[in-house]
Amino acid sequence: MTDFSTWDIVRNLLMAARWTVLLSVFALVCGGVVGVAVLLMRSSRRRSLRTVAICYIEVFQGTPLLMQLFLLFFGLSLTGVEVSPWTAAGAALTLFTSAYLAEIWRGCVDAIPRGQWEASSSLGLSYVEQMRYVILPQALRIAIAPTVGFSVQVVKATAVTSIIGFVELSKAGAMISNATFAPFTVYGLVGLMYFCMCYPLSLYAKKLERTMNVSR
Amino acid sequence: MSLVKISGLRKQYGAHQVLKGIDLTVGEGEVTAVIGRSGSGKSTLLRTINGLESFGAGSLEVDGVHVAVGQTDLRQLRLKVGMVFQQFNLYPHMTAGKNVMLAPTVVKKIGKREAEEIARDMLARVGLADKFDAYPEQLSGGQQQRVAIARALAMSPKILLCDEITSALDPELVNEVLGVVRKLAEDGMTLIMVTHEMRFAREVGDQLLFMHEGRIHERGSPSHLFAAPGTPELANFIGSVG
Amino acid sequence: MAYTFDFSSLWEYRAFFLQGVLGTLVLTVIGTVLGVAVGILGAVARAWQLPVLAQLYAGYVELIRNTPFLVQLFFVFFGLPSLGFRLDAWEAAALAMILNLGAYSTEIIRAGIEAVPNGHLEAAAALAMSRFQIFRHVVLRQALLKIWPALSSQIVIVMLGSSVCSQISAEELTFGANFIQSRNFRAFEVYLLATALYFLLAVALRQSLAWFGRRVVGGGRP
Repeated sequence: MTDFSTWDIVRNLLMAARWTVLLSVFALVCGGVVGVAVLLMRSSRRRSLRTVAICYIEVFQGTPLLMQLFLLFFGLSLTGVEVSPWTAAGAALTLFTSAYLAEIWRGCVDAIPRGQWEASSSLGLSYVEQMRYVILPQALRIAIAPTVGFSVQVVKATAVTSIIGFVELSKAGAMISNATFAPFTVYGLVGLMYFCMCYPLSLYAKKLERTMNVSR
Repeated sequence: MSLVKISGLRKQYGAHQVLKGIDLTVGEGEVTAVIGRSGSGKSTLLRTINGLESFGAGSLEVDGVHVAVGQTDLRQLRLKVGMVFQQFNLYPHMTAGKNVMLAPTVVKKIGKREAEEIARDMLARVGLADKFDAYPEQLSGGQQQRVAIARALAMSPKILLCDEITSALDPELVNEVLGVVRKLAEDGMTLIMVTHEMRFAREVGDQLLFMHEGRIHERGSPSHLFAAPGTPELANFIGSVG
Repeated sequence: MAYTFDFSSLWEYRAFFLQGVLGTLVLTVIGTVLGVAVGILGAVARAWQLPVLAQLYAGYVELIRNTPFLVQLFFVFFGLPSLGFRLDAWEAAALAMILNLGAYSTEIIRAGIEAVPNGHLEAAAALAMSRFQIFRHVVLRQALLKIWPALSSQIVIVMLGSSVCSQISAEELTFGANFIQSRNFRAFEVYLLATALYFLLAVALRQSLAWFGRRVVGGGRP
């Protein structure tokens, strides 16, 4: 077995970190799209749609991400579909993210004064038209800070996908730790890298929140 | 010709009866002023006419459009009825011009260029032709309310409902808004206004409704009612408001 | 070949499921009690700006909140032995949960402390109460009451997060599920039941915490 230098370790971890970033971005984008759909259902006037959305959100917020991942991974392979760790990870994180984003954005929509709804409905706009032209543009502005804050949770959540074999930063860390017998160093570096990814986002979210509060 | 026909209108919030049987007709071109204490149901009555509030019993008909109890499709009604609010409710993320243009383009599917013309016309009508590109936060309260009036007018409603449109304004800005409303009345617009501006009601109103505890307690011509209130409640009200 | 679901095989493993649920509960209780204690200390340290302690806590909080729980767990279990601390799976899992909840509750409780109106503090000081007495009798209870919903949410999140402790073979619910499905090859059914159990645990935990907040923290006042 060859001796690994610290630089070797760092290099390998950095390469795996790319996948962490990729998965996070994928989850946020796809989760965002699905999240909007869930949001519209959650705020719909039809009770059946609202109930489905509420159950969806309750399930994804009330169960461990690892279980969601396992169910998707094992569940999909039952249907005969070839499920790679990447597919399962992407799908699970997308659904997970969509539930949380839907709730966060619902809070932002609720923050829009009732008068905006009343004025636009008085002018004859339908629900969808109200959302599209009047409500969502305003809600979007308020939503940036908490969404950036949640992106930190998404980056951390990608670590769980290592358990089904997706080779991102945590999995690479586990493999390298086994190979080098230097878990303290390796996991220390892994933690540091996550920190470098998340801390700037956390700071940015806090800054956004401050500017939002000042401008109100 | 009656533009608005209300008969036996009732509304209830839980155990509380807000409207206890309203009968009302409003003729075309008529200006109706609605006065009363808070809690008398005057705003609620106004808001049932454009469907912002539902009603439990009775009938409502506006320019031939009949509204049934519990009806949810109110688009036809809202094309006939415009509303201006106490809190203006302008869209903060759009300029004054865009605020006025939105409904015509989206609801009536009018082309952008034509809608812009209408918007400029309406803003000119309320004396704000030069504020087309201004954002609401750059305008004074009186200007914002005038934009709100222009926004409602852009949809060519048959009736304009005004819900205490000057109550949130600083005193010196009230007149610029009332001036616009007066002109609308002179041009023949049918108006129903909930207001505390007694002098304005007396000068411009054709019909005065005094609401008390969910009913139209007194109705008649403003000059007559102010000079000789028929009931102690109205007398008290006039005395306390001045 | 179509997969036929077979939930009946789960019944014979019910003891393992129960054991797993118990394991998760015990871990959660230990993590919560000690984690909140760590959090109260941290909240005071930061709110009162105690020298050294405030800075240490600040660093600790940011570190925990910006790294995944899984990595914290692995660091505690695999990494700490290099420094001479040998922990078994159970101890490592508990420690990781305590550290994790401790950081989040520091911030949550700190917000509660800072939200106590100055007037209350001044009134108590005017009555010649010491700083510690003021804290114990006036501030702490109010702070906890105010942030109880946020703290409860975090506790539920940590409980759900305990699922990854299965990776170091701590004997909680996910570990139990892993074990069962390796025996009966019914992975989907096993994990489905486990997920349902977690969901029920979360609901029960939320209700219990709400009750606790009303009765104990709120002092049973109507």
